[in-house]
This record gives sequence, structure tokens and C-alpha cells, in this order.
Amino acid sequence: MNRVRTARRRAFLRNLLAAAAGMVVSSPARTQSAQVRTRAIPSSGEALPVVGLGSWITFNVGHDRVARDACAEVMRAFFDAGGRLVDSSPMYGSSQEVIGYGLAKLGMPPQVFSADKVWIGSGGRGPAQIEKSRASWNVSRFDLLQVHNLLAWQEHLPTLLAMKAAGRLRYIGITTSEGRRHAEVEKIMRSEPIDFVQISYNVLDRDVEDRILPLARDRGIAVIVNRPFREGALLAHVARHPLPRWASEIDCASWAQFILKFIVSHSAVTCAIPATTRVDHVRENMAAARGRLPDEPMRRRMADFVHRL
Amino acid sequence: MSEWWTYSLQDFLLFSPKTWHRLLELYNRELWPAQLVALAAGVVILALAARGGRHGRTVAALLGLGWAWVAWAFHHERYATINWAATWFAAAFAIEALLLTWWGVLRGQVQFERPAIAHRRIGLLLFGFAVLVQPLIGPLAGRSWVEAQVFGLAPDPTVVATLGLLLAMTDGPRWRLLAIPLLWCAVGGAFHWAMGASDALVMPLAGLVTVCVAAARHDATRTRPTRPSV
Repeated sequence: MNRVRTARRRAFLRNLLAAAAGMVVSSPARTQSAQVRTRAIPSSGEALPVVGLGSWITFNVGHDRVARDACAEVMRAFFDAGGRLVDSSPMYGSSQEVIGYGLAKLGMPPQVFSADKVWIGSGGRGPAQIEKSRASWNVSRFDLLQVHNLLAWQEHLPTLLAMKAAGRLRYIGITTSEGRRHAEVEKIMRSEPIDFVQISYNVLDRDVEDRILPLARDRGIAVIVNRPFREGALLAHVARHPLPRWASEIDCASWAQFILKFIVSHSAVTCAIPATTRVDHVRENMAAARGRLPDEPMRRRMADFVHRL
Repeated sequence: MSEWWTYSLQDFLLFSPKTWHRLLELYNRELWPAQLVALAAGVVILALAARGGRHGRTVAALLGLGWAWVAWAFHHERYATINWAATWFAAAFAIEALLLTWWGVLRGQVQFERPAIAHRRIGLLLFGFAVLVQPLIGPLAGRSWVEAQVFGLAPDPTVVATLGLLLAMTDGPRWRLLAIPLLWCAVGGAFHWAMGASDALVMPLAGLVTVCVAAARHDATRTRPTRPSV
């Protein structure tokens, strides 16, 4: 427990430094990426762009070469726009292989922050699954490994901790989605030395604001937000209405940016990971990592507006 | 899986409808013109089953071959690349192929006689629907011809055709042979429903028709008076 507390104190100090540094340029010196907003990972101070790239459904295209190339182009646009974190899971069918294909095609961009998961009911089979995932990505090691949907987390976390201690992994975390098992998530956040927690959060699904997000801030745990668009349903819902004029006050040119800016403007959120199959959409998403973010009154206004739609 | 009641059918869909349709398209392009051979085989099976006589073993062998092909070429080699559950589907289809081979080919228990009783007519109609109509449903629903599911090559029409033939059997369907096709009707129906397909009801309806006809025949067989011994 002392080890955890010491790590937390170090993390807190690093956070202060990172916060003082403000926006950090973490990707190649491209004009676009120079303005990308980043947040510090509390346990290390490392800066991550506030918009990442998910792969649920969108990158599961099997052996279809045309679709794989399209995914690689999405990744290219993502990295070109200053993105870093790409997230996947062995649960996502061929997504890991498709990411590996894309990374190889793009010449293994050095800025990639590889986030994957372990998802298997047996702790003993976790290492083999992780190794298979690593081979699919074709990376030397993962930056982040998370226990997917808390499946057998008691068995997997010791494995991940050992990998981290041995230098074979940089960060560890847990995930849940759509508001499931939050009590257990809280328990793990309080008791285990995790670096990341991944949860669902958007302008309509705000349960995590009550306990999970404040706890993450207190404990120095980075937060990844999955399903920011409710797998497209939220965007489809709001897209029937015009974007309010005042959205321009926070540099939003689209509903996707409106929704993403609401998410990443929460101070406890490190990164949102929208998934897409389209280059124009990934560019639109990455634009949410630039420009002004809403303050608290504006966040309330945004939430009220979407609720009334 | 905890809190299972919070999951919807869509949560189990690992890929987009576009990816599924591309899978069918690429599969059909790779196999062409095998679809014509499969269609011809379907017509031959229909003719043999309708004629009756000693063709049960041939029909069961052809049907088993279709199930084995779908298990390997479709589920294992293609579908499993986007759906890890397809490995289990491949195993189920392989088991059905073995069951058809065991009961139909080796034990000669798949037989068709000519009396025009209702279950036989419905069974042959269902088979004809699977071979001749089901491949048209996708294109009629606005999808491309190259995505058409064909009997013997793709799962849905193979399953419906099998249900039809099992209904048309002289002794009525064997439940042990019906189990996997009926399960697929439920799985396939749920899958198409989750994808928002307009023809999502085809598989559940085929399964429902089969269960109703099989149950009616089963009841009729049980209530038939036995001939008094002399």
C-alpha cells in the first residue's frame, strides 16, 4: 500500500509539472499537430492528445484488402493530425491485425501509443493472449494494457503489474462500458495501482461525473472515454438538428466536435477514443482536440441543449 | 458475463453491416462459378426427394457435403476472421454434416416416399424456397447480387433447405438432426435483426414452420390407432 501511495505522490508532482507546462507537443512537428491539446497521464506526466482512435467494429474488416487499406488511411490521417493513442482488444475480431497492417503500411509511426486489452476468463491464459495481441500489432511492447470489462481482473492484474515491473509494459488499466459494474470499478480504483480507467461518458450518459471521474482525479488515474457517440446513435440523434450558433464560441464546426469537446473538457478526462472508418471523420474528430474548450457554464448549456433535442 | 440484462443484441455485433456484405461479396467472387454447381445440386436433390425411392443416401450425402463445405469454407476460413464465435459455428456445422452422413448415408435413415401428405409437401416447398427463392431475397431487398447467399455455399439457405428435407422424410424429421439447423435459425435471425436487415424474419419463420409441422406430425403419429392383432 505504501508503494501505491508513494507512486501517487510522485504522480501528483508530475501532474503539477505537466499542468504547468500546459499544452505539450508530442507528435511530429506538423502545423496541425502543433496545436493539438494534450493531457498528462497522471502516473507519469506523459502528454497524450485528448482525442484518440478506437477500433471497435470499425477496424474489424477481416482479410478484405480494400477495407484494410481504408483503415490504414484513417490511421494515417489520425497520426498526421497529431493523434497518438490507438485502442483495441482481442474481443474486436480482426481489429488488432488490421491495426498491425496499418502500422506496418505507415512505417510504424513512432508517436503511436498502443493501448490494448486482455480479455479472457482464465488468468493463466492471459500471457498467451497478450503475446498474440502484441504479434498482431507487431509492436515490441504495448504502452497500455487494460483488463477488458473487468473479466477475471483479479487474475490478470498481477500479470500486468509484473509485466510493467519488468519493463515489458508502460501502463496498466481496467475498462468497462455503458455504465456497467461501476461499484467494482471504484473498488479497483481505490485498491489497485492502475494507471488508466476506461469508461463510457458523453453529454447524455453522465453517471461517471458523480463518483468515477472525481475518484480518478483524486487517485491520479488517467481516464479514457469509450463510445463517445454511443456507437453513432447519439450523432444520428443530434444530426437531425442544426448545430447551435454559439457552438462557434468553442470552435465547434460539427456535432462530432461538439460532443467530443464536451467530453474532453472535463478536467478528469485524459482522452476520448471515437472510432470511425472515414478519413474525413477522423480529421473532424481530431479537430476537437484544437481550439477553445467549454468552461463549466458552457458545459451546462451544452448538456441542456442536447437534452432538449 | 455479468449484468447480462444490460446488453442488447447490437452489443454482440462485432462488425458493421458493410463488412458482412463485403465478406459475402468476396466469398462469392472467389467461388464463382461454383454457385451454378450448387444451384444445380439443389435442383437435383429436389428432384430426387420428390421422386422418392432409393435416393435417400445420395440426398443425405449431398446435403452433408454442403454442411461440411459451409463449416470449413465459410465459417472457419472467412467468417471467423471477423467473428470469433464463427469457430463454434464451424464446429456446429461440421457436427451436422457428420450426423447427416451417419444417419443418412451409413444407416440409410433418410428416406423419401411418394405419398403426397402435407408435411412432405411443405418440406419440399421449404427446400425449393431455400434453393430458388432465398438467394433472391437480398437483391430484392436492395442489396447487390454478388452478396447473394446460395444453397450449399452459404449458411442460411443450406439450413432452410435442410429443414425442408428433414420435414419431407418418410418417417418425419429426427429431432437430433433438426437441433442444429433450428439453433441456427435463432442465431441467424438474431444476427440479421441486430444488423437491421429487412429480411431478418426469414430464418426464424423457417424455424417456426419446421417446429410446427414437425410437432403436428409427431402428434399425429402418436395418436394414430394401432391395428388390432388378429
